[in-house]
Amino acid sequence: MNDTEGIVAHIPPLRRYARALTGDHSAAEDLVQDTLERAWRRFGLWRRGSDLRAWLFTIMHNVFVNQVKSAQNRRKQDADSAEIKSPVAPPPEDRLDLRDLNKALRRLSDEQREVVLLIGLEQMSYDEAAKILGLPVGTVMSRLSRGREQLRLLMNRGGATTQLKVVK
Amino acid sequence: MSPSKLSVSEIDLHAYLDGRLAEERRGEVEAFLTANPQEQERLRAYQEQNQTLHALFDSVLAEPIPPKWRTPDRRWSWRLGPVAAALAWIVVGGALGWLLRGEQAGNSGKNVDFARRAAIAHAVYSPEVRHPVEVTAEQEEHLVRWLSKRLGGDLKAPHLMDLGYELVGGRLLPGEQGPVAQFMYQDKNGQRLTLYIKTDAGAERETAFRFSQEGSVGVFYWIDRRLSYALSGEAKKEELLKVANAVYRKLNP
Repeated sequence: MNDTEGIVAHIPPLRRYARALTGDHSAAEDLVQDTLERAWRRFGLWRRGSDLRAWLFTIMHNVFVNQVKSAQNRRKQDADSAEIKSPVAPPPEDRLDLRDLNKALRRLSDEQREVVLLIGLEQMSYDEAAKILGLPVGTVMSRLSRGREQLRLLMNRGGATTQLKVVK
Repeated sequence: MSPSKLSVSEIDLHAYLDGRLAEERRGEVEAFLTANPQEQERLRAYQEQNQTLHALFDSVLAEPIPPKWRTPDRRWSWRLGPVAAALAWIVVGGALGWLLRGEQAGNSGKNVDFARRAAIAHAVYSPEVRHPVEVTAEQEEHLVRWLSKRLGGDLKAPHLMDLGYELVGGRLLPGEQGPVAQFMYQDKNGQRLTLYIKTDAGAERETAFRFSQEGSVGVFYWIDRRLSYALSGEAKKEELLKVANAVYRKLNP
């Protein structure tokens, strides 16, 4: 397998991660597009033999952080322009916990969501996640622990509210 | 018999869940979980989160990859790249220059042109993957000697490692009135800055920093001892200024 095929092989997980991270189909496709654009442009800088997956996810992380920042700036500068969001298509299974988790994920901070997804979904090691996010492993661990716990509480609470409504 | 709570940390629990815990410690955590049903329940909830994440998002893996994502061909970019943006600015700048031609004092107009040329050179060469420079930093001494000779001045490629920028190398370019040198730097994320230098600074021996935004490329430019410098990049203005200051200091130790 040559190097460019190597990049292509990582596109599906990059795309899955982007979808889970943004929760928005077109935002996710933009994120992948921008990441690949940058990756192809900087491919000459990738050191052969080093971890290509980590390199690509690092680029995606940087692009994501920049996009979030510039979106915040845009919102500040132009409060009137409403952003049009195309929601992710509902998953095939209509099970409650699926939708709840997706909703709960949106309530996490970007920082916690990144860690929970890199480790829980992309099955990165703690060291890999730390490298990709440019953080000490300890920070990754505390974000993971807090993120998972918050998801659990959000889902419990979601369930409780539903039950209350049923009783009423 | 039951292990104390202290012996099993929060980190151990996550590592156990993620299959990252050393084999010999797994028994210890399992015993702890048996003794602490609440913790076991919590961990089971986390486990379910992971399963649900896969159920939610694994279908994305099977989506066909758009052909445009498969190749390094940069033409598929539908956005204005820095090159296009810089070219658009030449047109706008040209028109402006024409409109303002009566009002520009000779030198400042030339300096604006200088900044624009530096920005264009940056936009053209900084995205290069295979040939960003003519001579790489590995032959730094040769590079500096060569460019000094061609420009007829005493050039230096300041070292910016302390700011996180490594010298990539440099190249010779045609300027308005003769050869121009470009040194390229990049940080660990591949973000590039270029230092554009020409010798024909005219009568001015020194100027303050000036800033010009040319499309997505910001340029700080100044004159120092008959050499004109322009530092270009798509980094934030403060970052550029910080580097420009460092370049100036390093050239005037």
